[in-house]
Amino acid sequence: MSIRILYFGRLREEMGIPGEMFELTQQARDVRGLRAQLAARGGTSAVAFAQGKAVRVSVNQDLARDDTPVREGDEIAFFPPVSGG
Amino acid sequence: MSVRVQLEDFDVGAEIAALRRADPRVGAVASFIGLVRDVNDGDAISGMTLEHYPGMTEKSLAGIVAEAKQRWDILDALVVHRVGELKPLDQIVLVVVTGAHRGAAFAACEFIMDYLKTRAPFWKKEQTAQGARWVDARVSDDQAAERWDGQLSKSP
Repeated sequence: MSIRILYFGRLREEMGIPGEMFELTQQARDVRGLRAQLAARGGTSAVAFAQGKAVRVSVNQDLARDDTPVREGDEIAFFPPVSGG
Repeated sequence: MSVRVQLEDFDVGAEIAALRRADPRVGAVASFIGLVRDVNDGDAISGMTLEHYPGMTEKSLAGIVAEAKQRWDILDALVVHRVGELKPLDQIVLVVVTGAHRGAAFAACEFIMDYLKTRAPFWKKEQTAQGARWVDARVSDDQAAERWDGQLSKSP
């Protein structure tokens, strides 16, 4: 299934792109599965999504967790912990 | 209730007047203004860039304001947050809360700032003499936001 991914802050710089369209395999149904597929791509993606890195996620503009489901057409954003105000 | 994310500076007096709308029920106005400092973690800061997630940031702020209204008896609330290039002395964020009494207005104002700091998608990158660096989230901000976790009822 096809999803839209956005990157913000330090993560956007690490990835070198503001976002991308991504084809998620059938096995991955949640954020955890998506993270694993992104890390498995290697290169900058493997570094940005390495285990233990503080990467927050939102699904369709709501803060999400690893067990949040991911569906066709979703907008998923990855970003570091926020630092506004 | 309104929230705005903007490049432009804001006029605190005009924002407060607009929120009060000459409503005689308003007996208290609490406000907070966040400013750019010229030092952070021991290093001189010459400026900063604030980035946000258009759409989600506004939605997040609106949700925080709605939660404040649920928790306290307040009349209205406003959040204005700037993005883009900012310099020391610049205003970054404004929170204004109106209510009948000061207790709810103070508490709601502080709650909105604490939640904004830990939940609203903004990221700061500051310029130092050694180059630009991303500002990391602070544990003390998480602790400040967690103070409100047990307080679910409408108290003053």
